[in-house]
Amino acid sequence: MNDLATYNFAYLDEQTKRMIRRAILKAVAIPGYQVPFASREMPMPYGWGTGGVQVTASILGPNDVLKVIDQGADDTTNAVSIRAFFQKVADVAVTTKTKDATIIQTRHRIPEETLKEGQTLVYQVPIPEPLRFLEPRETETRKMHALEEYGLMHVKLYEDIARNGHIATTYAYPVKVEGRYVMDPSPTPKFDNPKMHMSEALQLFGAGREKRIYAVPPYTEVVSLDFEDHPFEIQQFDKPCALCGAENVYLDEVVLDDKGGRMFVCSDTDHCEDRRAHGHAGQMLARPTQESQEAAE
Amino acid sequence: MYVAVKGGEAAIANAHRLLADRRRGDRSLPSITIEQVVEQLGLAVDRVMAEASLYDPALAALAVRQARGDMIEAIFILRAYRTTLPRFGYSEPVDTATMKVERRVSATYKDLPGGQLLGPTFDYTHRLLDPSLIADEAVAEPAAKEPGEHVMRVSDILDGEGLIEGDGRMPEGHVMGDLTREPMEFPMARDLRLQALARGDEGFLLALAYSTQRGYGRTHPFVGEVRIGEVEVELDLPELGFAVSLGLIRVTECQMVNQFKGSAKQPPQFTRGYGLVFGQSERKAMSMSLVDRALRTDEFSEDIVAPAQDQEFVISHADNVQATGFVEHLKLPHYVDFQAELDLVRRMRREYEAARAGGEDGMKEAAE
Ligand SMILES: [Zn+2]
Repeated sequence: MNDLATYNFAYLDEQTKRMIRRAILKAVAIPGYQVPFASREMPMPYGWGTGGVQVTASILGPNDVLKVIDQGADDTTNAVSIRAFFQKVADVAVTTKTKDATIIQTRHRIPEETLKEGQTLVYQVPIPEPLRFLEPRETETRKMHALEEYGLMHVKLYEDIARNGHIATTYAYPVKVEGRYVMDPSPTPKFDNPKMHMSEALQLFGAGREKRIYAVPPYTEVVSLDFEDHPFEIQQFDKPCALCGAENVYLDEVVLDDKGGRMFVCSDTDHCEDRRAHGHAGQMLARPTQESQEAAE
Repeated sequence: MYVAVKGGEAAIANAHRLLADRRRGDRSLPSITIEQVVEQLGLAVDRVMAEASLYDPALAALAVRQARGDMIEAIFILRAYRTTLPRFGYSEPVDTATMKVERRVSATYKDLPGGQLLGPTFDYTHRLLDPSLIADEAVAEPAAKEPGEHVMRVSDILDGEGLIEGDGRMPEGHVMGDLTREPMEFPMARDLRLQALARGDEGFLLALAYSTQRGYGRTHPFVGEVRIGEVEVELDLPELGFAVSLGLIRVTECQMVNQFKGSAKQPPQFTRGYGLVFGQSERKAMSMSLVDRALRTDEFSEDIVAPAQDQEFVISHADNVQATGFVEHLKLPHYVDFQAELDLVRRMRREYEAARAGGEDGMKEAAE
């Protein structure tokens, strides 16, 4: 019982990594297709990133630089915990800087900074099946994918419009990959969907509990489902980030007091810090010198 | 000013220190030893071994203690350890007919070869709190001899007359699956289903089994036999050309006998549901056997009309480590998605208010 504490590099044994890499290769070869894999029981709970962690563990090498985010932030508790896990079991270099990372594991966001060739984005996926809430049976949904039978999804989106005047899906918004498979982008806000399209980075999706891996290889078409008269559109925010003044980024709403006081700040903490380091300042940070600096820019 | 609400490494470390403190409790009391947990909370240890699919009482006891008595947490800890263990091979099927029986009861026969053996059961105890336990009074030695008798299986008695289906075989050429090493796919064959049920949550299986008794997929069950005792585990070593014994494990086996009308191809015959669980857990073994039988709809051309008969429903939701992870993950931050929903609701509210204001104006105009 005393020699328990020896684990392989990146926790998983090499045989398991090979099995997962085979699944990843298959996923890359068939973009958007959900490849079943023999998901292992990980030392963190199901639903907390076990799929993403297994994908990352299988592709991680000693020279990689890892970034882990949850809700766009590096300092959310689960991101801290997963990053610490890889530091412990792989002694890997970590960063919070998007551009310095070779592998970024994420839950619920795509970084604001455009990803580059050679980078890999690993998504944690709770429910990989985009048709799950229309048809709970795996046996049925696999058939629907095989036959490219996606009418049900369009009916659902249409019903939204008929009932609400809008497509009421705001996150995990379904996309079609390379004109073939309808895919769940994981519960990212639909704001991030356009970033997936023709991305230079490799995008890998791991669902541990549901035992599925899927992928979007670099330079792949990713189109959000919509209708001609109701085109897909992303969320717009009225104000820029209160800390760094960024526009066209995804913002978190922060409640300031019990009198309805609110502020909106970048969900991507690295992006926000980077901008502030470069002298950008939002309303809540603004100091006279910086304001004049901004005005001068 | 903006206060960071996001947790950091320090917060996590402090939380874990507090957890360790609460786990230890009052320092003036002696801490529980692993041996005490194994000896005195044996059924908790058994459940953890069963649902973690790892037979090791000391490690299971350690997990129970580490989890502060939270069974599912203990099962989770032991599973996460099991997953890292190398595989040397797959054992031969255990032969429960050679079990050293400590308890054996049958509801289908008044008396039978080997007799009814009550063993260490809660049955027929009056569930009255026992103050003598507080005083830790001396406990009398048991009357019965050491377990060690081999007794005939009830299913073999019925089998002699051809009145019951056999032990069941997988189709020719079928390679036995391993639920922990292959992706789950449906429809799932019975070997994998039984693996999933054996490690499935006791409470979930109990509820499903109960539902079949109340008419949701009724199977007309009789307990042919429940037996508890030790069986030998053997591993076949190709290098040696024979099987070697790895040791004894305690298991609970339940053979449920169920009604079945014959078909054109088969004479009328009783069918069976099967349960086999590590340690002593009659509740789990019986529940498992009821659910196993309920799931065999395709073999008997039965309509799927109830949850317990639906293998995707049962197997996908029986694993408590998966279930607790996913249910509890809801407490992780979801504010990015919530923000998206908030934005949409606000927009729809504005449109609703605007439409209503427009409607009121229209009404006024019409009245004027
Ligand atoms: Zn910002």
